[in-house]
Formats: sequence, structure tokens, C-alpha cells
Amino acid sequence: MSAADVVGPQALPQLQEQVARIIAEAKAQGASACEVAVSVEQGLSTSVRQGEVETVEFNRDQGFGITLYLGQRKGSASTSASGEAAIRETVAAALGIAKHASEDDCSGLADAELMARDLPDLDLYHAWDITPEQAIERALECEAAAFATDSRIKNADGTSLNTHQGCRVYGNSHGFVGGYASTRQSLSCVMIAEADGLMQRDYWYDVSRRGEDLASAASIGRRAAERAVSRLGARPVPTCEVPVLFAAELAGGLFGHFLSAVSGGSLYRKSSFLEGSLGQVLFPEWLSLEERPRIRGALGSASFDGDGLATYSKFFVEKGQVQSYVLGTYSGRKLGMPSTANSGGVHNLFVSHGDDDQKALLKRMGRGLLVTELMGQGLNMVTGDYSRGAGGYWVENGEIQFPVQEVTIAGNLRDMFKQIVAVGNDLELRGNTRTGSVLIEKMTVAGS
Amino acid sequence: MSDMLLSVSEHLLGPGGLSIDHLPGVLGELAGPGIDAADLYFHGQVSETWVLEDGIVKEGSFNLDQGVGVRAQSGEKTGFAYSNAITPDALSQAARAARSIARAGQQGRVQAFVSPEVARLYAPENPLEVLTRAEKVELLKRVDVATRALDPRIQQVTVSLAGVWERILVAAADGSLGADIRPLVRFNVSVIVEQNGRRERGGQGGGGRSDYLYFLTEDRAMGYAREALRQALVNLEAIPAPAGSMPVVMGAGWSGVLLHEAVGHGLEGDFNRKGSSAYSGRVGEKVASSLCTIVDDGTLFGRRGSLSMDDEGTPTQCTTLIENGVLKGYMQDKLNARLMGVAATGNGRRESYAHLPMPRMTNTYMLAGESDPEEIIRSVKKGIYCANLGGGQVDITSGKFVFSTSEAYLIEDGKITAPVKGATLIGNGPEAMSKVSMVGNDLALDSGVGTCGKDGQSVPVGVGQPTLKIDLITVGGTGA
Repeated sequence: MSAADVVGPQALPQLQEQVARIIAEAKAQGASACEVAVSVEQGLSTSVRQGEVETVEFNRDQGFGITLYLGQRKGSASTSASGEAAIRETVAAALGIAKHASEDDCSGLADAELMARDLPDLDLYHAWDITPEQAIERALECEAAAFATDSRIKNADGTSLNTHQGCRVYGNSHGFVGGYASTRQSLSCVMIAEADGLMQRDYWYDVSRRGEDLASAASIGRRAAERAVSRLGARPVPTCEVPVLFAAELAGGLFGHFLSAVSGGSLYRKSSFLEGSLGQVLFPEWLSLEERPRIRGALGSASFDGDGLATYSKFFVEKGQVQSYVLGTYSGRKLGMPSTANSGGVHNLFVSHGDDDQKALLKRMGRGLLVTELMGQGLNMVTGDYSRGAGGYWVENGEIQFPVQEVTIAGNLRDMFKQIVAVGNDLELRGNTRTGSVLIEKMTVAGS
Repeated sequence: MSDMLLSVSEHLLGPGGLSIDHLPGVLGELAGPGIDAADLYFHGQVSETWVLEDGIVKEGSFNLDQGVGVRAQSGEKTGFAYSNAITPDALSQAARAARSIARAGQQGRVQAFVSPEVARLYAPENPLEVLTRAEKVELLKRVDVATRALDPRIQQVTVSLAGVWERILVAAADGSLGADIRPLVRFNVSVIVEQNGRRERGGQGGGGRSDYLYFLTEDRAMGYAREALRQALVNLEAIPAPAGSMPVVMGAGWSGVLLHEAVGHGLEGDFNRKGSSAYSGRVGEKVASSLCTIVDDGTLFGRRGSLSMDDEGTPTQCTTLIENGVLKGYMQDKLNARLMGVAATGNGRRESYAHLPMPRMTNTYMLAGESDPEEIIRSVKKGIYCANLGGGQVDITSGKFVFSTSEAYLIEDGKITAPVKGATLIGNGPEAMSKVSMVGNDLALDSGVGTCGKDGQSVPVGVGQPTLKIDLITVGGTGA
């Protein structure tokens, strides 16, 4: 792989040109408006297992997608093919669909005056100059540290180091064009512990825009091993109603469910249990959920949304009260509200938290379940009913007693939100949601 | 050369100036010393989706994707690269990258191509083209109007139609050469109903390796709509599910996702070669009650999970996984079969040219038993009847599985009584299977909507089972 082939900011002008060509072709074929996204991605994935290389994968993907309009009718098409013929045919396919789609009052581009003007560089691109050999070496180091942690680590399910570079440009027939190059580097390790003929697996990972910022290979391996070993001897507990502490690495999911329930798509489809919740107090008064989309170098950052609107900081929840829905242009129109520049999702969500770390939260919980694993999709967004498989640790007198598995935790999300007792300061920094562990007053734990 | 091979190679190789005659040369570059296996996977697909919502056909999308995946293996090592361009240059470049896992050297030996005869399990015609765009839109609108007319409590109807047409050509250094053309269609209806301020959803769909006319025959499209409505109305009356351990009767058909999760994944060859499955090293042992015989069958005509050949060119087969409770064997792709010293079973599947093949299921189901389904219900004093399940997940190492019910009822004194909501079933695969105490005579396969995810790759699958009773399983709910 030579440096010239590396996907990076230098590819942006070419992608912008391609966007302009596709928009021109759409207009030439008769579209009244259109929007186009072009991307090129490249990556290296290496995985090792039991001290040997398992796979070395070179990824390179490219493609574009167009959504075009004939008045209020809409059609979309995408392809991984390139060249003039591919552009012509893809535009024609989208047009063919638009001709047969129904008139939709709400469809169409966002208003021209709303297009983002200020597009700062968010420092999202940090190419990692690492050869496959170096990547393998680091993965091997990670796995070796895991094996060295505990003699009950008997097997491995793979340690992977992945690097990824991407470039994406979005443009539309208002003349808006925006793009960015970004990177994502990760190291993950899955280990298997064995005792008394029974096996348990667990994992750990880190992810960052910069390879240099990843946690050390040895620390990731050790953590994966410790987690797997600590699962040995897991068993169900009798059915009970107790407080539940969601470990920070899982707790973001709870707020993800909230965002999904107040997203425009669920609301206008009447498929959300939080319809009409704007202004309601759903969380305790000390809790807030804030979006900060333009943090430099963060994993969730973006300067414009999927419709070309400038992203901006805002509270979805402040003092426990719902301040804003999560809206894009289309869902906003369906609901008669302005877009919140969240077409495509929420960028960097911050959950307010207290001063307790996870240990202090366990003390506060006293007797209950610390959840470190969730399984299955037991969530009904229409009713808010929540019932998922869970694994973790049983806690008495604020101390972990033994590992737990094969239980379910159940409740209704509305009640769970209300019953958040505390959010810890043990912040999870690896994802789009920055939260600590979340203590919930009471859930039904079903077991033996 | 077969017509299939000819037509697929003209389509995939021709435009880039390639033909089948070029492939031994590329494989020769790839299969140098130290390389045990190598293959080229050419793949092209067109797909479309049409969605009706709020009574109008809002959206349609079309996608065209194609490329070639190049793989070289040395022992347990795999080198892999792919390209969107199918040209001699792109192929050589990908081949060089893929074989970098072994030391460079001279040309390797490539076996002469042999194409195995495969059964044709589906028609080669483009399924997207049997209806015009106007007819597709008309079909969606007709189903929407007819569905809304079924019940005044319906608030929202969503109808979607999707089709995929794939062309595949596989050439391997071991001499395998095969081509396949695969259609796949799907139709879904989802409704939201409201009564006294309470809202519930119901959904149903179906499809298979067929074309859109499938939905126009036997009133299938409206059948899905009526079933979606029925489920939504049942859920309007549902009370909170009880929590605790109890007997559970699983309904015939889609509930077979239980087997898929609890047993199927644990019997995939890769996990067993690595010793990471709860079923590892247990061939010949009793792993389920003797009432259980479970197979994976890729050869069923027109089924969603069926394949004439897998993505490595191996013809699919019906593999007995568990026979009368005894573990018989695993599902294998070529790599894991080679490393475990067994035969490939036609289960090497991949999502696309950009993904590596792995052992995956096709249509996995339990064979019928002898019990009358009603007798099974009558045998339960207090428990749950799961008529339909939502999604599930499994940890193949510990054997734990979880899935959610989408339609379930209490069983009280041998009778099905109140519907329950929000129930989650959790258990351990080998343990749950050993507690199967009755198996019905009513084997049914699902309607054709299953998609299985593994390592980030999605492939269509089928599931099925007769009504069966598990003596004890943990039910997670909020009720007493």
C-alpha cells in the first residue's frame, strides 16, 4: 500500500467533483432537486488467535447514493460501481422510482437558507501509519497479556486490530457541499476462561480516532482476561425485585432507547411510548442529556447533519424535562416542527453525573444486581416494555458476591427513567454517549 | 460448460475483459508455496425496496453492487482483499495483497476446474422484473387499503416489498468452479392498533427464493396483513408476563428460531474447531432429549435459506446435526472442514464479495415427533405458550440464549388463557434441549423472513420446528 493510495483529505476535492457531476446528471435527466453522498473507505483488519495470525484483510470500498425529487415525489438509488455509465444508470434508476412514488407534501430538501455555512474542521482524521506486521505484533502482545493474566484463561476467540480511513462528501442541488475525512482505530480482545468443565467468554476493547490514543495492548488483554475469569461459576438468582446498576459500558443503551423514542420517525409513526412527551418531566430533576456535536476529535462529531444543516449543541433533557425531540427535516415537517439538525442521529451525547464511582454506587445499592452484559432485543418501543437477558454480579452489603447469568431484567422504560437514582463518574468514553454507570431503584429480576 | 456458468461469467467477467480462461492464471499467482487453498468470488447484485406508509408509497430505493473477493489460506491463516472493479489489474493487485500472509515464491499448482452438478432450487430469472414499477406500487396500495378496512382500531399501516437478484461465480485452486443465480423476495406488513388509549403493534411477512408473483398467489400478501392485525389485537389484551422458571410450550414454525440460537450456532464448524462452543468435542454424546432430531437443510425448493451451492461452490445438503438427542456433526465450510479433517457440508456462506466466508446455517429445523399439539398444551398445569417469537441472541461459549416473545399466552390447567406481553425466555442451549419432553406431529417451517447475523455479516436463513414442550425455562416478565 503506497502513501498515494491512502484515503484521506486529499481525496475530498475529487469526491466533491464527483458529487457535482452526479447532481448535474440528475438535473439533466429532469430531477427538480437532488442530494448526493459519495464515499470512499479503506482499512486493514488483522486478527490473531492463540499466538498465530488468523486473518489479514484489506478493505477498500467506494460508492455513491442519490435521492432525487420530481416535485414532491422521491426516489433513491446507490451503487459501488464507478464511471460515467454507472452515474447515468443510477440516476435513471432513482428517477424511475420517483416517477412512480406518491406525492408527499413533506418530502424534499431542507430549505436552502438552512444549509450549513460554517463548516469547521473537527480534527477527525488521524491516519495510523501501521504495517500489517506491526498490527499483528500489537494484537499478539494483547493476547499474550491476556493468557498471562490467569491460568484459567484456556482459550481465545480472537484479538483484532482494525484501522479505518474514510472520506465522505454530501452535496445537494441548493449548492451545498460538505465533506470530511475521518479515521477510526480499534483493538479488541475476546478471551475464554474455563473451570470445572464450563467455559465463559468476555471481551474488552478500545477505539479512537488516533491509534496513539488507544489503551495499551497489554491493558486491553488483561481486562478481557479478568472479565472472562470473573464470569466463571455464574448462576441464576431467585426471582426478585431489586435495584439494578447498569455498568457504564452498557448504560448508554438506556439513553439510546430514550433518543430513539423521541426521534421524529417513531413519533410521527405513532410507534413510540413517548409521543407527546415534549415538556414532560421523565427523569429525575438533576439529570440532563446534552448533545455536543462539534467536539474536536471525538468519535461522534459532525459539523452538518444528513440534510446539510449545521449541527449545534442542545439539551434533549434538562432538569429531568424533555426539551427537544430528535428531528430531521422530513420528520420535523411531519410533526409541524423545525428540524433539530439530527437527520442521521445524535452526535456526542453527554449524560450529567454525580461524584460517585462504580464502587460507591455499589455501596449505595446495597443489595441488588450489577449488570455487565445484556442479551436479546426485548424492547417494545410502542409500550416502553423492557425485558432483556442479563449477566453480571450479585451484590450484598455493597460488595460483589458472585457472578450471575441466565436471568432477565424487566421493567417499563418510563418507570426506569423516573427511577434513576444516580449516574456515576466512571465515564464510558469509547462511544457516542458519555455516561457513567446508572443505578435504577427497582427492576424485576427473573431467575431460578 | 453449463448455461448458468456461461451466462454468469459473461455478465460478471466479460465487461472487464476477463473470461473463465483467465482464472487459472490468477489462482496460480495466488496459490504459491505455503498456500493451502485459494479462491476467487465474483459477485454482482441488484436489489430494491418499496415502502408504503401513511397510505402513500413514500420511498423506493435501488442498489447495484458488484466486486470480487480474493482469498488465500495457509494453515489457519487467511489473507483477504477485494475490489469493486472486476478487471485483470484489480484482480492481480488483490491477489498480491491476499497472498502476503505467506512468503512470496513461484507459481503454485492449480487443479483443473470441475463443476459439480447442482440441483436447481430456484429460477434464474430476475425476480424484480416480473412486475412493473406501477404494478409494485399498485400492490402496496391495494394491501394498505384492504388492511385498513379490516378493523377500525388500525392507526397505522406500513407495507414493504423487497427483492434481490444475485449472480455468483466461484473459482478455487482446488478445481472448484461454480456459478449460481439467486433470487430472493420479501413482503412485510406492520400495523399499529389503538383501543382505549392503549397501543400495540403487530407484524408479519414472508418470502423466499422466488419472484414477486409469489405474493399474488394464495392471497399471501393479505394473509400477512391479517396475521399482523391478529397479533396486534391479541397484544391489546395482553397482561404482564409472569417471572420465574416454568414449563414453556413453543409453537410450530417461526419459534424454531429457538433451535437456531440455542443449538444451531453452537454447531457451526469454526467455533468447534476453536473449542469455543458449549458443543465442542461432543460428537457422539447425548446433547438433547432423545425426542430431538435436528437438521440443517439447504436443499429445500425455493426456501429463503436454500442454496444450490454455497459461496465456496460446494453443493448444499441436508446435514443431520442431532439425531434422537445424539450429536452427529457440525456445519462446515472448506477451511474448518480441512482443519478438522472432515468433509465440507455446503455451509460456507458470506454476505458479499467484501466479506470472508464462514460456516453458517441454511434452513435449520427439528423433525416432527408423535404428540398431538393439543395434548402437549393439556399436559401443562401452569406455564407459557409461545406462539411467536421476536429476535434472539446466543453466547455459544457458555450456551446461554435469550429471546423475546411477540405473541404468548398463559397456560392454566391445560388450557391456553390470557395473552401475556413483554416475556423474555432465557436459558442454556444444551440444558434446554435436554428438557424437551414432548414433540408435536405438526412440523412447520417459517414464512421466510429470517436473517441471521454473525461477525457483522447478514445472510438469509430459514427456521422451523413442530410444537414442543420444554419442562423448565426461565421467563422474564414483570407480573406475578
